[in-house]
Amino acid sequence: MTEAINAETLSATHILEYPYTRSVGPVIGRFLAGLRDRRIEGVRTAGGRVLVPPVEYDPRTGEPLSEFVEVGQAGVVSTWAWVAAPRRNHPLDRPFAWALIRLDGADTALLHTVDAGDESKMATGMRVRVRWRESTAGEIHDIACFEPEAS
Amino acid sequence: MSEPVTSIRRPVRLEYDFTAGRAMSRFLLGLAEGRILGQGCPECARVYLPPRGTCPTCGVPAEEEVEVSPRGTVTTFCVVNIPSQVLVVPVPYVCANILLDGADVPIFHLIQECPIEEVRMGLRVEAVWVPAGELKATFESIRHFRPSDEPDAAYDSYREHL
Repeated sequence: MTEAINAETLSATHILEYPYTRSVGPVIGRFLAGLRDRRIEGVRTAGGRVLVPPVEYDPRTGEPLSEFVEVGQAGVVSTWAWVAAPRRNHPLDRPFAWALIRLDGADTALLHTVDAGDESKMATGMRVRVRWRESTAGEIHDIACFEPEAS
Repeated sequence: MSEPVTSIRRPVRLEYDFTAGRAMSRFLLGLAEGRILGQGCPECARVYLPPRGTCPTCGVPAEEEVEVSPRGTVTTFCVVNIPSQVLVVPVPYVCANILLDGADVPIFHLIQECPIEEVRMGLRVEAVWVPAGELKATFESIRHFRPSDEPDAAYDSYREHL
């Protein structure tokens, strides 16, 4: 709505919005379907590495990849950044950490969130476990977040 | 294994405050009165619409208010065949650059009340405003343009404004 910010200048809130639908391809499509079933799948390369999230081609050799492997639902934080003041579109409405998480059985890390409550609870090398969303839909937010594993 | 996921919805949304500035604000306030206000350059005499407060050619302030006509000439146009979720005009429709009489820069607006195959360069059109009680400081105060039933403008009259 247009409003006057002083006698001679107007201001208005504008919204630029694209209703964007993205094709995910066969490999991420299977990964997302796995999340819907509360399973996390990666792909195995010819060299034996397991990539999570999966990719269509081996980043080292360019070979197409198709051998899917289920990995664990807990893993290790390899790096993280604390978000003290979440913004409107962030996945959590309370302070949380963005983290790269290497799941058990995987050789690469997945970017997700850790609901640790407080920054002092975060540490590189800590173990975290998946918390699933109550109803899953085949998207990355089916993983509500990760949480510190009870030690 | 259930059906693979083929696509995901990822809306992109940017919400921001736009401040119009003095020149554009005068233009918008003019629309709220049913008037179309440009600004003239004191050196080259070009009339800018919408006004920006300066002349980009001469590099000098251009703040002399000039009211332009609600009638003008279609300089160029395109037929839109892809529906938009925000513009509730049935496709196909025509968007045109319209050189209003008295202005040196065309404005971009809808052409309606005219079969699309009859829209052409040089077509004379006039503004159709919303009812007087609904005029606001927004471009939407002009609902669209429609043919004004005048003879077509000669190409030379707008060739410098394409």
